[in-house]
Amino acid sequence: MSLKSILATDCGSTTTKAILIELVNDEYRLRFRGEAPTTVEAPFEDVTRGVLNAVMEVEEISNRTLLDGDQIITPQKGNKGVDIYVSTSSAGGGLQMMVAGVVKSMSGESAERAALGAGSIVMDVLASNDGRKPHEKITRIRQLRPDMILLSGGIDGGTIKHVVELAEILKAANPQPRLGSDYKLPVIYAGNKKASNEIKKTIGEQTDLTLVENIRPVLERENLNPSRDKIHDLFMEHVMQQAPGYKKLMTWTDAPIMPTPGAVGSLIEMIAAKEDIAVVGVDIGGATTDIFSVFQGQFNRTVSANLGMSYSICNVLAEATLENVLRWVPFEIDEKELTNRIGNKMIRPTTVPQSMEELKIEQAIAREALRLSFIQHKSFAVNLKGVQKERTISDAFEQSDSGLSLVDMMDLDLLVGSGGVLSHAPRREQSTRMLIDAFLPEGITQLAVDSIFMMPQLGVLANINQKELAENSRKAALEVFNNDCLIRLGTCIAPVGNAKSGTLMLTAELTMSDGSNQQVELHQGELLAMAADYEAIKATLRPAKGFDIGAGKSEEISTTIYGGVVGLVFDGRGRPFNLPVEKDKRIENLTAWSNALNEYPLESAA
Amino acid sequence: MIMAHSYTPGLKVLQKTTVDKERRLPLKGDVLVEAGKKVAPDDIVARTHLPGNVQMVNIANLLNIDAQDIADVMLVEIGSEIKEGELLAETKGLFGFFKSSAASPVDGVLESISDITGQVVLRETPIPVEIDAYMNGKVSSVLEEEGVVVTANAVFIQGIFGMGGENRGELRVLVDNREDELTPEMISDDVKGVVIVGGSFVSLEAYKKAISVGAAAVVAGGFNYHDLQDVLGYVLGVAITGSEDLGTSLILTEGYGRIPMGKRSFELLQQHNGKFTSVNGSTQIRAGVIRPEIVIPLTVEDAMGSKSEKDTASGISAGSMVRVIRAPYFGDIGTVVSLPAELQQMESETMVRVAEVEISGETLVIPRANLEMVETS
Repeated sequence: MSLKSILATDCGSTTTKAILIELVNDEYRLRFRGEAPTTVEAPFEDVTRGVLNAVMEVEEISNRTLLDGDQIITPQKGNKGVDIYVSTSSAGGGLQMMVAGVVKSMSGESAERAALGAGSIVMDVLASNDGRKPHEKITRIRQLRPDMILLSGGIDGGTIKHVVELAEILKAANPQPRLGSDYKLPVIYAGNKKASNEIKKTIGEQTDLTLVENIRPVLERENLNPSRDKIHDLFMEHVMQQAPGYKKLMTWTDAPIMPTPGAVGSLIEMIAAKEDIAVVGVDIGGATTDIFSVFQGQFNRTVSANLGMSYSICNVLAEATLENVLRWVPFEIDEKELTNRIGNKMIRPTTVPQSMEELKIEQAIAREALRLSFIQHKSFAVNLKGVQKERTISDAFEQSDSGLSLVDMMDLDLLVGSGGVLSHAPRREQSTRMLIDAFLPEGITQLAVDSIFMMPQLGVLANINQKELAENSRKAALEVFNNDCLIRLGTCIAPVGNAKSGTLMLTAELTMSDGSNQQVELHQGELLAMAADYEAIKATLRPAKGFDIGAGKSEEISTTIYGGVVGLVFDGRGRPFNLPVEKDKRIENLTAWSNALNEYPLESAA
Repeated sequence: MIMAHSYTPGLKVLQKTTVDKERRLPLKGDVLVEAGKKVAPDDIVARTHLPGNVQMVNIANLLNIDAQDIADVMLVEIGSEIKEGELLAETKGLFGFFKSSAASPVDGVLESISDITGQVVLRETPIPVEIDAYMNGKVSSVLEEEGVVVTANAVFIQGIFGMGGENRGELRVLVDNREDELTPEMISDDVKGVVIVGGSFVSLEAYKKAISVGAAAVVAGGFNYHDLQDVLGYVLGVAITGSEDLGTSLILTEGYGRIPMGKRSFELLQQHNGKFTSVNGSTQIRAGVIRPEIVIPLTVEDAMGSKSEKDTASGISAGSMVRVIRAPYFGDIGTVVSLPAELQQMESETMVRVAEVEISGETLVIPRANLEMVETS
């Protein structure tokens, strides 16, 4: 079926965002957007109200009729209605899961990966070896009241004792679902298939049990998709059914509603696969920060549940320490005053920075929230643990065990940021700096921000399975992603290594798209920016002795790079990166780097 | 660039309103009062039993037998009661010797026996849970098997942040005006069980003094954020409170730092000085926000003559009195002069919807998101 127009919404915990995509000159483009407060809570308690309000805003701006009373008109007839309507949701706290596995670092971790990948919040990971006594686990299950439980453990054909023990703990806890008391808690069993009958016997009566293929059939292989798909199904069938208004919303959509982060993840996975690149995506919100990555073709997602810019801003301060936040602040400020200000942002989360000073403080905190979230991500996105690896003689002397992080900053091709503090920063240079300072990319890395956070809507669009819609909706998702969703900031070029301040690190010879030539010399301690559009630039990068730009120490690279709204950023601050400890020197450096990028107005940069 | 615009409605400060409090059990149970009954704060309105704690004992491991043989050694049947120390299972031994056995670690009921894992599950005695009425009022409706709604005509004041759950007692304002700090010297032994009110600020020392003399609650404009750690024992990363065991609840009406209490809140509290008051410090700042509250149920005489108010969460307009809730004018109060429709650029270069506000004779441009309604009626 040809699709002329697509309406997509994302029902977030505070805002419902609607976008209208239309086929223009044989290409799909984002045409209009609207938003309205989400209406899951009292007094409305009906999510469709917020959806209709957001769609009405789109109607007003686009001057098109999309609604017939309280109904979205599908398919499009003349200038009225749209061909399909899809939605994602994270309202009402999203999908909250508990996962269980026999060995915490093996089946436990695989189960966690599956649940996170499906877009859920993992409230806790229970494992036979997690050091807690059975009654402690039982108390925990009862307190948390998850929406769903994923139980795994054991390789197929292995011992069943431990995983049945976990089922007995579940049975004893008799967990009640968080929303609605009239249905049984959905439990997915994805463990040793030999234990299936015993699991049924133990918890089949008490819970709504579904059996899927083992998440870890053999030690060497993870099999996450059956669990992930089942989580999505149950999310629709059970959890969403309980949330106010969702029954109605589900009848409106032309494809199943996806949990917001699940949709974002699948879009990032699709981009990475299509372009064959390594990608990191980050969404920094008010309460949480989500990080998605694809390295070596493996997808991972983590949620840092309490690292965000408003509701949990004080937790960033607590985890990062005041000292680490202050190191990014280019002026002096009284510590008591600063902590009270941050505290007041937490209890009045909707306020915005009016003064330049407030903005700089907020962006300093964002750097730390992103940095900490990425540390968590790196420690989770690892090779499978417990796997015996064949070793060569040279490996045998190295302690390179399994469980190594997949995240290799030198391999990273594209870093995409989204969320208020990154997407709405008054200058794109600020987003660029926040991304570089927090993630510290190495070698050559493209940077981008999601302009208005439409990755969720595009993700659900890319996931439509109905045959007659799949091809066009996927095409629409990709085209809008490339044309309208991403704002290309540019490319960061950061040699790995350190030398004395002022030492030459790298020489770059660039042939711009108009044929002109440019040469750049980068010295230790410098941050340089060069304006360049999002067009192919031929680059020969020659690292100085001891420095690495991607091909190995002192090895030259010839490649094609791209500019963007900020352009090319040459980061000579060295990797590993260290800020000066001494205050005056630190403030001097921060100011110089800001000025180099035109990050803040000059008069207030000092 | 368009920014998500969300307006923070002012916190409720109502001199007379109908307050409905749902008093609900965590699990189904018995409701002890009927609709229409007058209740006092300490009256128990509903009761239930939470299932007892669970203990798991691995008999197979303890007796060194195969899990599948567990039935042969069990001395207690499923559903039977057992006391702590009584034998759960015992092996036959060799000619009656070398027996090994497993005793129950708790009083409880044997709930299940597994021949796969060799575990038994013991359930301890149920834990009673009771819910009280929280405030003086009337039971306006009964939630079958779950609880009741208690309703009262009352003064209702919301704070911005609080800690320490529900408490109640006589209301006593200890300062003369809303700019005054509540100092440790003002707090003496005779405020035991009393809800005490300060003005702009309560220091850590003063709050600790209140705890030590057993005050029911402290209400003040502000407190230092970094002192929370001293009180809680941890850094408060997310504003979700209510379950901490402080003895004395804390309710801040304005925020962190030294900020004079809102005029209307302070005057209402002064006006009802000496009345019996229920407070709840529980705060949850997330979607589904819960703010701390002060409820002063009114007597019939109190209630006469004044009009009942509804929550006025309407937006601001020209002439509205507003308070700035973020730096650089944090805490200042002014009057809205106009609400320009177009986005404007702030010093931070952020483009936002703004209000022109007259503060102390000067007209300032401030993001609407950084303003809070101050009710004047």
